[in-house]
Amino acid sequence: MLYFIGHRLLYLVPVLLAVSLLTFLIASLLPGDLAYVILGDQATPEKVEALRRDMGLDQPIWWRYLSWLGHVLQGDFGRSFRTGQTVLQAVTERLPVSIELMLLAELIGLAIGVPLAIACAVKAGSSFDRFMTGAAFAMLSVPAFLSAILLIYVFAVELRWLPATGYIPFAEDPIGNLRCLVLPALTLAFAEWPGIMRVLRSDMIATLQEDYIAMAKAKGLKPARILFVHALKPSSLTLVTITGINIGRLIGGTLIVETVFALPGIGRLLVGALYTRDLIILQGVVLFVAAGFVIMNFIVDMFYAVLDPRIRHGRA
Amino acid sequence: MAVLDIGIDTAVVSPVKRKRRVGTLFWMAITWIAFMGVASIFADLLLAHGPIDMDMLERRAAPSLSHWLGTDGLGRDELARLIHGARISLTVGLCAPMIGLSIGGGLGILAGYFRGRFETLVVGSMDVLLAFPPLVFALAVTAYLGQSLFNLTCILGVLGIPAFMRVARAATLSLAEREFVVAARALGASHARILIHELLPNVFLPLLAFFLLGVAVTIVVEGALSFLGLGVPPPAPSWGSMIGEGRESLELAPRLAFIPAATMFLTVLSFNLVGDTLRALTDPRQGAL
Amino acid sequence: MSAPALLSVEGVSVDLPTPRGNLRAVDQVDLRVAPGQTLGIVGESGCGKTMLSRAILQLLPKKATLTGRVRLDGQDLTRLGAEPLRKLRGRALAVVFQDPMTSLNPVLTIGSQLIETLQEHLEFDAATARKRSIELLAAVGIPAPEHRLTQYPHQLSGGMRQRVAIAIALSCEPKLLIADEPTTALDVTIQAQILDLLAREQRRRHMAMIIITHDLGVVAGRTDEVAVMYAGRVVERAPTPALFKNMRMPYTEALLAAIPKIDAAPHTPLPAISGRPPDPTRPIAGCAFSPRCRYAMADCHQKKPALASAASSDHQYACFHPIHAAAGACV
Repeated sequence: MLYFIGHRLLYLVPVLLAVSLLTFLIASLLPGDLAYVILGDQATPEKVEALRRDMGLDQPIWWRYLSWLGHVLQGDFGRSFRTGQTVLQAVTERLPVSIELMLLAELIGLAIGVPLAIACAVKAGSSFDRFMTGAAFAMLSVPAFLSAILLIYVFAVELRWLPATGYIPFAEDPIGNLRCLVLPALTLAFAEWPGIMRVLRSDMIATLQEDYIAMAKAKGLKPARILFVHALKPSSLTLVTITGINIGRLIGGTLIVETVFALPGIGRLLVGALYTRDLIILQGVVLFVAAGFVIMNFIVDMFYAVLDPRIRHGRA
Repeated sequence: MAVLDIGIDTAVVSPVKRKRRVGTLFWMAITWIAFMGVASIFADLLLAHGPIDMDMLERRAAPSLSHWLGTDGLGRDELARLIHGARISLTVGLCAPMIGLSIGGGLGILAGYFRGRFETLVVGSMDVLLAFPPLVFALAVTAYLGQSLFNLTCILGVLGIPAFMRVARAATLSLAEREFVVAARALGASHARILIHELLPNVFLPLLAFFLLGVAVTIVVEGALSFLGLGVPPPAPSWGSMIGEGRESLELAPRLAFIPAATMFLTVLSFNLVGDTLRALTDPRQGAL
Repeated sequence: MSAPALLSVEGVSVDLPTPRGNLRAVDQVDLRVAPGQTLGIVGESGCGKTMLSRAILQLLPKKATLTGRVRLDGQDLTRLGAEPLRKLRGRALAVVFQDPMTSLNPVLTIGSQLIETLQEHLEFDAATARKRSIELLAAVGIPAPEHRLTQYPHQLSGGMRQRVAIAIALSCEPKLLIADEPTTALDVTIQAQILDLLAREQRRRHMAMIIITHDLGVVAGRTDEVAVMYAGRVVERAPTPALFKNMRMPYTEALLAAIPKIDAAPHTPLPAISGRPPDPTRPIAGCAFSPRCRYAMADCHQKKPALASAASSDHQYACFHPIHAAAGACV
């Protein structure tokens, strides 16, 4: 088991390094002399030169990369020249919002997708099943910003039940916080549940045809137990993988939703940094997001092994 | 990595085409796509108004004989903007995946055929590209290169390369061990000949199916970027930017957001349907409906 | 057959709709098993024996239709509701499937699969169920039973897995155990052990048993009565000694002859039954075996013989021109 983990970890490192390099390159290649941008109308050639030397901008690119990487490994991601915040501060401020949104979205997606999948698998081939499968397929063609507009129109404009934009921290007002997050989470969940439902449904249909399910019936077990213990567990392998991948994907995917609903999350931090050419923030946040994605995949791999004991014991 | 593993395990190519009926939905989808295509090509001949002609007296006008779908917030004809938006969305939607298909597909076939260190290199670099949230990547590079139709197409094309690579590689891996490849090699066929004559025809169909799905995804991503104002630069109409603008008028004239939204939805759905049907025809294990 | 039957299968037929037409998997089968008795059902693959066992358990696929009656201890199973049926299964009526790798759930521990049956039918609490499970595993000959409770099926050998399946089947003291090809998926060396285990447990618990197999050798000496099936029908039925001493059906003779003999001279051709089993969607007018029967005459191809008996009432066969053959006679 340890060998399995170690092997995967080893692969992780070069990928993370490459990601950091790519991030740095993108940030560095953005046009506009940084020093000019910072100084604004106070810019004179001498001041620009001085600032450039100060910030190390006159050094060759590989030196700057290694220097940045060195700082990163010590936990120093840099400081935004606009806001004065360190990257870590900005990220830790915004991250909880995004994470809350992501988790809520995935939870709602599961709450919709899993029961539907089980119901469709049990009634496979029926008109209910066909209708739901078709609905899931159609849902996949609805992008996030479309669902967002629709939800805003129905719930904020017409019914006026929920706010269209804005955010209240959980600590301040839990109910208000959830009210602000319902529409954005629903928007994301709409894009999640079809994938979840499809995957679980097809796995369950296959599992329900297995001999051990016939055996469980022959043992006279309660149908609920057969469904949720005997059938669900072996079918959930792909589901867990997909959920993990989804959450990982959501790390970068909350961008649109955060912008539409004006939530102070990582995505908006990123877009803001792009507009204001705040390179330090940009580099740090992109690195965070990409690294998070890679690590999430790694965790999914590990979880896979937990769920299927055959993998744990080296593929019997 | 888990993402990669799924790609290898589940893509299996069956060179024999099953005799499957394609449903009415499939043909409806084809019809819609054809209709959109024809409309966008002949837009200038058919439309009475241009997409950027503003008529300040007729702002947010309801549908009428002179403006079949009404006008938007700046008095521009909705129908004209819709069709021109189709032109842009379809152009990006078709061209960008071509880049992915040619470069990604090519790399995938080569990687799957030659294996070894070349394959590890290709797969590894694709992993790195995949590690990047695509929207973030697109935004960053747009900021670098500037907003334009051409740049957008290139970026989205590049973003699609890893996915096409995976599909092509998986298909090639399962084929490369088959008898007809081994037989060709035994007959002394060169690598190029095997690649072009044996592998390519069999890998073609699943790649085509994936291409159509890629078109759907590209239209969505372009729409999202334009929605944020970071895609095709104004005043050129794109479905995404129309929806974004329509958002401002949700209370007064919701149709300004929903008409382009419905059109985009139908187009994306059609491409998904056609692509998925093709995929089900060539690879029963992956069929969805 | 003076004792009242525990299981009585009366005129059971199973029909399956297929794209190629109706498939009659089981055709008018009558069977009786008395308490404590063992019945062997023998036939080639596709003769309907597995469908018959599913019919008895009332676990047929959704599309199948069953006609006839299945009575267990007087109760008509075909008329019973889902809930009473569920209570019967695993309790009064138990089954052991062919392949223990697929009949045991791979992601649940051996222990949980044993304990859940005990808790469901006998309403044991966790501790009692656990203790009982260990006793059961020991009774079927599994070493270190406590250790096994937390193991998964893939960690055991094929023979051990089948022992576990038997333990599960026996756990609630069933009145009737159906063993569907219990040794087919196992090594030859293990087969005898498993069959002996089944026989021993059956005697100990005075349990009725049905052994379904394609191998006549399996039922010899281990069953009280044998029913031979072909193309969905019972074609010969007799007490086991009588069957082997005095076979009437050419098919039964051919089946026995097809078993390779260890003491045959080297290079003896293996007598296989020529031809193939009939297509169940295209039943023929005459006897289903007639195309392959070496004794077939004109009337065999025209009419179907009914299952009837000539001399003794407990030896029945369906043949117009029965033979007289004995096991051990030269091929």
